[in-house]
Amino acid sequence: MSAVKVYLPRDASALAVGADEVADALRLACQSRGAAIELVRNGSRGMAWLEPLLEVATPGGRIAYGPVAVEDIEGLLDAGCLQGAAHPLCLGPTEAIPYFARQQRVSFARVGVIDPLSLADYEAHGGWAGLRRALAIAEGTGGGAAIVQQVIDSGLRGRGGAGFPTGIKWKTVLGAAATQKYIVCNADEGDSGTFSDRMLMEGDPYTLIEGMVIAGLAVGATQGYVYIRSEYPHAFAAMNEAVARASAAGILGADVLGSGRRFELECRLGAGSYVCGEETALLESLEGKRGMVRAKPPLPALEGLFGQPTVINNVISFASVPMILADGPAAYQAFGVGRSRGTLPFQLAGNVRFGGLVELPFGATLRELVFGFGGGTRSGRRVKAIQVGGPLGSYVPESQWDLPLDYEAYAAVGAVLGHGGVVVHDDTADMAKLARYAMEFCAVESCGKCTPCRIGSTRGVEVIDRIVGGSSNRLQQVVLLRDLCDTMLHGSLCAMGGMTPYPVLSALDHYPADFGLAVPQKDAA
Amino acid sequence: MKNQPPDTAGPAPDNHAAVVAELIAEHRDRPGALLPLLHAVQHALGHIPASAVPAIAAGLSLSRAEVHGVIGYYHHFRAQPAGRHVVQVCRAESCQACGGDALWNAAQQALGCEGGATRADGAVTLEPVYCLGLCAQSPAMQIDERVHARVTPEKLQRLVAAMEAGS
Repeated sequence: MSAVKVYLPRDASALAVGADEVADALRLACQSRGAAIELVRNGSRGMAWLEPLLEVATPGGRIAYGPVAVEDIEGLLDAGCLQGAAHPLCLGPTEAIPYFARQQRVSFARVGVIDPLSLADYEAHGGWAGLRRALAIAEGTGGGAAIVQQVIDSGLRGRGGAGFPTGIKWKTVLGAAATQKYIVCNADEGDSGTFSDRMLMEGDPYTLIEGMVIAGLAVGATQGYVYIRSEYPHAFAAMNEAVARASAAGILGADVLGSGRRFELECRLGAGSYVCGEETALLESLEGKRGMVRAKPPLPALEGLFGQPTVINNVISFASVPMILADGPAAYQAFGVGRSRGTLPFQLAGNVRFGGLVELPFGATLRELVFGFGGGTRSGRRVKAIQVGGPLGSYVPESQWDLPLDYEAYAAVGAVLGHGGVVVHDDTADMAKLARYAMEFCAVESCGKCTPCRIGSTRGVEVIDRIVGGSSNRLQQVVLLRDLCDTMLHGSLCAMGGMTPYPVLSALDHYPADFGLAVPQKDAA
Repeated sequence: MKNQPPDTAGPAPDNHAAVVAELIAEHRDRPGALLPLLHAVQHALGHIPASAVPAIAAGLSLSRAEVHGVIGYYHHFRAQPAGRHVVQVCRAESCQACGGDALWNAAQQALGCEGGATRADGAVTLEPVYCLGLCAQSPAMQIDERVHARVTPEKLQRLVAAMEAGS
């Protein structure tokens, strides 16, 4: 009898709930029963409440069991889980689980499916098709410009948060004359409520590598760096191993897939600075300096890393590129709405029953995400506020939960999609406290270069304290807070100070009662 | 790395200079060498002693102020040794929405250690962390190299007891 293929994630979200212990118990139990298994430590399918999620390959497809604890192993084996048999933890075919089946997995198509570090598995699931296509294009008459054009045509916009058209950025770098250009991946995913970069790097690292090599071919860069935050040791380890294997296989190095073109890649570790997620601060950090924001212009595309033209994009932006090249820009462009094309891996987090990763085309609604996928709060209480787009994103009140999730629709109400993080708060949340936290976080993490952010954040904490502390001139303090936010919004060098007012003002506007203020009539909150 | 247990069994302080010199030689020719070098020093010694700064500065042709400024800028780098165990509790929004404040207080109590400090016996350092990327299973924490999610008060007690028994 040949070994049964069994999958158990090595993603940090599975490790954090005991996946290693479950793997050990499973190996031991199978050994003592003489049952032959081949255990694959895959990425996560993104259904976090089901981790550790055990999958068994059967002739009828992969059957899921979860969440599996060490104590469940004997019972599962007794029930015949290795044949995909019924058990109270059995969830049926993995890809038929509604949470998964209702998604459009594009950049996450392979995450949770393949063995993350197996080059053979990657290739068998369509890996390197985009790169081969890019090499063919680069050899043709169009050269790198023709690759750039494909990315422009796809409508891909930067997934880090700013939503700038990726292809336009690449075009600027392509047009810049320099002997050395760089490709830099921003994997400094510091936003609370986000984890898609981490999941992709742990679950399908070669996709990121492929996207970066294509970028190098497109703009004429031969060196790339992946800057990964130090809070992600598992992602850093996975990426380092993937880079080593891809180099040994001749995909990275002096002769990319035998094309005669060079592309080298190195992973670098951040050091716990949130503002290094801002692209110019990240470049400073890569250069070995304090992560201080640079004034723009010059754009990094013209004077980036070590003063050279640099493409700097988010993990998910690069990871979207292989599919665009392999299937053509029209296939990617077909997803989404308006000027927001393609898909976004939303991350459902906070006080939500079914948290995880939900990749959908732009245009779904927050209500659909939080209730249709997330099942409401984990506490069972009423949803009070949903913060979309990380610590610098607005608190979105119920009156806006039916807006389409696209860049323009959110911008129109003073909110942002950011990196796709969605953090749910129930009705025990104190919005004034969360607003104060936003200012406090900004004070702690400010790089200190510009005054509105460095000083404004500290003054912001003080003003909010006076408002909630029942100051006798509370309304004056509110005017002061709005004035301060206006200065930060318009006077800060980067999004750290410039967007901290988003959570603060949205909390104040939509939840005035939490600040001890009179509630204007007709406010949904 | 902060995420790894400080290497208290590592080289004795009088050996630090030799270790640092070796690491400088290994890293000095890399572009933007300072952060990788500081990571390597902290990994080897558990912290970046002030005595290492002049050598690092000279090795990378930087001023001591520049090196000192970088060490001080990043939360991850330590100028002082940490406790034998490092416990980090996430304080960011997603965990706040799931009882993160209570977990932070419970951790201080269970460890007998104030947040942001090292316990008097040197066994444990408790620190806030701003997001471990486990936000779909908040609240989350990390003990040395191990991450833990969906941490209930009971789970916290179990984890702390196991950690203390192991030390």
